[in-house]
Amino acid sequence: MDEIQSLMHGFAIALSLKNLGLMFVGVVLGVIIGVLPGLGGANGVAILLPLTFSMAQSPGGTTSAIILLSCIYWGALFGGAITSILFNIPGEPWSVATTFDGYPLAQQGRAGTALTAAFTSSFVGALVAVIVITFLAPVVANFALAFGPPEFFSVYLLTFCAFVGMSKEPVFKTLASMMMGFALAAVGTDPVTGTLRMTFGFTDMLNGFDFLIAVIGLFGIGEILLTLEEGLAFKGASAKIELSVVIQTWKELPRYWLTSLRSSAVGCFMGIVPGGATPASFMSYGVARRFSSDGEKFGKGMVEGVVAPETAAHAAGTSALLPMLTLGVPGSPTAAVLLGGLLIWGLQPGPLLFVEQKDFVWGLIASMYLGNIAGLIVVLTCVPLFAAILRIPFSVIAPVIIVVCAIGAYTVHNSMFDVWMMVTFGVAGYMFKKLSYPLAPMVLAIVLGDRAESSFRQATLMSQGDMGVFFSNGLVGSITGLALLMLLWPLLSWSWRSLRRR
Amino acid sequence: MSDEQEERAAPRVRSAELVVAGLFIFLGAVVIYDSLRLGVQWGDDGPQSGYFPFYLGVLVCASSAVNFFRGIRLRGPYNPVFVETAQLRMVLAVLVPSAIYVALIEWLGIYLSSALFIAFFMRWLGKYAWWKLGLVAVGVAVAFFVIFEMWFKVPLPKGPLEILLGLD
Repeated sequence: MDEIQSLMHGFAIALSLKNLGLMFVGVVLGVIIGVLPGLGGANGVAILLPLTFSMAQSPGGTTSAIILLSCIYWGALFGGAITSILFNIPGEPWSVATTFDGYPLAQQGRAGTALTAAFTSSFVGALVAVIVITFLAPVVANFALAFGPPEFFSVYLLTFCAFVGMSKEPVFKTLASMMMGFALAAVGTDPVTGTLRMTFGFTDMLNGFDFLIAVIGLFGIGEILLTLEEGLAFKGASAKIELSVVIQTWKELPRYWLTSLRSSAVGCFMGIVPGGATPASFMSYGVARRFSSDGEKFGKGMVEGVVAPETAAHAAGTSALLPMLTLGVPGSPTAAVLLGGLLIWGLQPGPLLFVEQKDFVWGLIASMYLGNIAGLIVVLTCVPLFAAILRIPFSVIAPVIIVVCAIGAYTVHNSMFDVWMMVTFGVAGYMFKKLSYPLAPMVLAIVLGDRAESSFRQATLMSQGDMGVFFSNGLVGSITGLALLMLLWPLLSWSWRSLRRR
Repeated sequence: MSDEQEERAAPRVRSAELVVAGLFIFLGAVVIYDSLRLGVQWGDDGPQSGYFPFYLGVLVCASSAVNFFRGIRLRGPYNPVFVETAQLRMVLAVLVPSAIYVALIEWLGIYLSSALFIAFFMRWLGKYAWWKLGLVAVGVAVAFFVIFEMWFKVPLPKGPLEILLGLD
């Protein structure tokens, strides 16, 4: 059992006093970020990423930095549930499904039960996903060691085609937003030849568009503008979790083991293929309702209706790191930001990480176990504190969040141009959200654009321009084939439906 | 009566769709234009710099063209109000001061302009007492100064106030 040994080594790294401290700081920050409107996992991590630049330069610093940032992510995943249940405002898109039964429960005065169920099942989902990562990631990485440029390009292709095939948004909007992301990534210096592209003589554009700026603008400012439409006041149930309620709920939860298991499986699957946490939570809610013995009571305050989406969302959010670490392909926007962090710190995400950066990888995986335990403790004990944040009037919190976003955007390259770009991306994010242009594929395309292009050019260079290289052997051929199937999926299901209708 | 007129003036989804799709087509065309300049052929060293972006531009334009024509066909119930006038006013009430705030950063430094920005918001939208907003605005600015300049040693833009106080 190589994995167990590596994992123990990872625990030895993660259990240092400094890293444990960072874990708690990360989780607390993450929950706050998850609770605040306009700040979420992706842009929270993006804003704090520049602060880790200096941290990552000390020996072992990259591990500490990724522990801090990943714990912010776990915290944000937990935090989303608080606002959904107490205020009926999903702090994160993946907690929308949690509001269906969580908010009715809170209205019936059972907020404590709902919160305990949500946090515990989040923890269970994350735990299952981390176990999957522990044992599956080394296998995938080992397998991917044999990958060359054609294989990598086909994996990128699969990632993006999966977005087209599985997204709820209109296909052509997904495509447009994704390709726009790639085009933004192409601005600046050509990664292969060094030629300047699409800068039109503006020096500010030499470095291209940083994905961090895009994330802060699209998700941060855009989200604030959307929240404003809803008005300024939040009304919510009071939050307090008593120990007796926790124990009571924990006694009740084992009853839903089958739901948990199913939701974890859905979540892990959706996280690894880039479906993401949001569809996973909806899917798992739907499945739970269909299979439950009293499915018609769903939506009126069923604990099971909280367990299902929360388990799946956390399982998906966590397992999104598996393809990020092993293949360099993030499964979610937040994983994409973490991947960007790795690149900035000078680490090459991908299979070699498991060979060359064992301390980093296993330290991170061990910290996922510990970070989620830390998260569970923090949220169970401090819910009233976090809920109080939402009671701060919006006229105070909104400008502070905008200031935080501006500082975050500035610190990426110490450039005011970036702050202006953030505002532009903010307006774009607002429009895109309202017109249901998906943001996730755009962000992923900005992060992966250069790498996808490089692998494409290397692959076609190898084959002297013959596109057959993407079908040249069984492995690359089947990945490319699967990608094309995903791409054509909307067309196939549409023709299937219209055939049936006849 | 005046309310109804305002409703009518509110932008509809159709126009928003057309604007966004049109902007995408424009940007896609810019990408294609520059890619053609860079060369979209196969060079001695594999695909030229413009090869990959060229097809990106083509795909942006093609998919946005579909979105554009779908937008044109939006009618009746499929063409609801994009944003209510009151909502739009709210959004602009944040967006415009934010833009002014970003412009101020270059003149006043980030700390002073942040304090002013927060104070302005609390006064304008929250109608807080002067001492309350002064406390919050100055407190937040000082807290950020301590966090960024002292703990993380990340220098942020400073202005005349910091020079006056000898902090820059």
